[in-house]
Amino acid sequence: MLSCLAHPFDNEYIMQKKRSLKRELLAFDTEFIEKKVAILGGSTTAEIKNILELFLLNFGIKPEFYESEYAQYWQDAMFGEKLENFNPDIVFIHTGYRNISGLPYLQDSTAVVDDLLKQQFSHFSQMWDKLLAQGYCVIQNNFERPLYRLLGNKDISDYRGHSNFVSRLNQKFYEYASTHSGFYINDIDYLSASYGLEKWSDLSSWYMYKYALCLQAIPELAFSVANIIKSVYGKNKKAFVLDLDNTLWGGVIGDDGQESIVLGQDNPEGYAYCEFQAYIKAHLDLGIVLAISSKNDEENAFLGLEHPDSSLSTEDFTIIKANWDSKDQNITKIADQLSLGVDSFVFVDDNPAERILVSSQIPGISVPEIGAVENYIRLIDKSGFFESTTMTEDDMARGQMYRQNAQRTNQEKSFTNYGEYLKSLDMKASITDFDPVYLQRVAQLTNKTNQFNLTTKRYSENDISAIAAEADYIRLCGRLSDKFGDNGIVSVLIGRKDKMVCHLDLWLMSCRVLKRDMELAMLDKLVEKCRAESIKKLIGYYFPTPKNAMVKNFYHELGFEQIDEKENATIWELDIDRYEKKNQSIKIL
Amino acid sequence: MLNREEIRKNLNLIFQDVFDDTTIEITDEMSAKDIEDWDSLAQIDLIVASEGTFNVKFGISEIAQLKNIGDMLDLIERKLCQ
Repeated sequence: MLSCLAHPFDNEYIMQKKRSLKRELLAFDTEFIEKKVAILGGSTTAEIKNILELFLLNFGIKPEFYESEYAQYWQDAMFGEKLENFNPDIVFIHTGYRNISGLPYLQDSTAVVDDLLKQQFSHFSQMWDKLLAQGYCVIQNNFERPLYRLLGNKDISDYRGHSNFVSRLNQKFYEYASTHSGFYINDIDYLSASYGLEKWSDLSSWYMYKYALCLQAIPELAFSVANIIKSVYGKNKKAFVLDLDNTLWGGVIGDDGQESIVLGQDNPEGYAYCEFQAYIKAHLDLGIVLAISSKNDEENAFLGLEHPDSSLSTEDFTIIKANWDSKDQNITKIADQLSLGVDSFVFVDDNPAERILVSSQIPGISVPEIGAVENYIRLIDKSGFFESTTMTEDDMARGQMYRQNAQRTNQEKSFTNYGEYLKSLDMKASITDFDPVYLQRVAQLTNKTNQFNLTTKRYSENDISAIAAEADYIRLCGRLSDKFGDNGIVSVLIGRKDKMVCHLDLWLMSCRVLKRDMELAMLDKLVEKCRAESIKKLIGYYFPTPKNAMVKNFYHELGFEQIDEKENATIWELDIDRYEKKNQSIKIL
Repeated sequence: MLNREEIRKNLNLIFQDVFDDTTIEITDEMSAKDIEDWDSLAQIDLIVASEGTFNVKFGISEIAQLKNIGDMLDLIERKLCQ
């Protein structure tokens, strides 16, 4: 990862250095996922493409691009064979205020303006319908505020004001977004406001080069789009690791004592720490895991969190490491305990020396330069670490699940026999076909599961819907609950039927239920389904990646026989007639 | 205040960055036809980078009149005097 592409970035530096930056990014030993991105523009997009490429590469996504001819976004989407042949994964529609083809006149009646609004909206929605039906993900700009206000302040409230019209059109976009999955708004209304509308809508860029935003702002736009794309492909961050002293409160708890740390609204700095704590706490609802790595004695760490003005409490943190070991070691331990990759962590520490240590020792971890306390929220928020595109119910429950997992780990210690422990968990699983409510979660799992994943095939939600409708597949998704709570959908299996044989195209499991025998329950169910359809053989595939060594011998352990090996990939076979049920720990509902 | 040679040095760095080629040595007479990758897109990068480096803003008519690097140096010099 290049730190110059992390927020806050120097827009001009990125644009000036883009060629050498691209060279550097491609030279890293990154395991890129490859995606096809079509940019359909209502204005010039060449530089947007180049800068978007840098941010995507920095997120581990190697894009192949299609760009529509100048301002041909609509024609390309509606009638473009070229776009169809390109077969994009993502379509980014870069339009803005200048692409609104009809705006109200002062003499128009409300009915006329309402009609105009409908027309303008359907120009876009027809196009989206078409693109979504083809199975593409669509990212659509909303509209920035018009630069001029013919009616002055009234322009935003009067139905004939262009500001008013644009705001209503935006609302209709949002309604569409909330009722269509695979459709995401890129909020340039926010971006332009934050950047400064006058600078954003710099007219010389338009008159000279037909760019709908000033050239220097292109990195802001591209970063925002890249964040949406990385979120769609499961590359969001998942956890905060936070320091305590001078990060969650002012002062040093070990020296100053609980009564003297700076926290609380009666003091400007203390007020800022309060608001930062509340901002961090709100991430629990998004399913973000919170952990602490602090150089402190444990009792002092707890004392600080028990401060009456501390909105964060010890229960909010899944893991608290307060000791005198180095932070990189602590973070590695936290990652192991949570079964999360360190590259899904955001490390927040006011001390630049700790930040440098951690960012140099732990590849892939994000370490924002947070500045002084009054800037913490802004700098973290704009980094887009947790950009939410598909917010499933599972996401929202995830924080709680990790806490339950920590409880389970504690309980594990007191049993002598592992089987006894598993029985004590009272596990129950339901293993079903891909019911409509699960499609989103299934697609999400195929994109973010790296370790327990035999083939690492990625599917979009539309791919999964298509498979769910096909008779040639056996599909299983497994949900596991235990006495501590519901883990949600944790395992997915796709078998492709070919006469008497079933090929296992996909088998994955979430690492939070490792060693729980869920894989055995899945295999039992699969065999049961196969027998019902007179299938005699299962063929399993293991395609190695840098992350899935964990399942290298998985099929062997299940009693499959290896029948072939090609470039490290192994192929395995299981005779269904001789199979005996394996799962004994989980009750099947 | 930068003199013309200092401006040239800074502008040369910009050219080297934009074309990712450390061997470029700009001259007054050089223009788009002399550097293979100098297309309209690179032109935009050069303008944006120059505006940023020298902390100036070029007008659209000023940009339209640029014929070669000498013109660019003149323009930057003039802007810095204002």
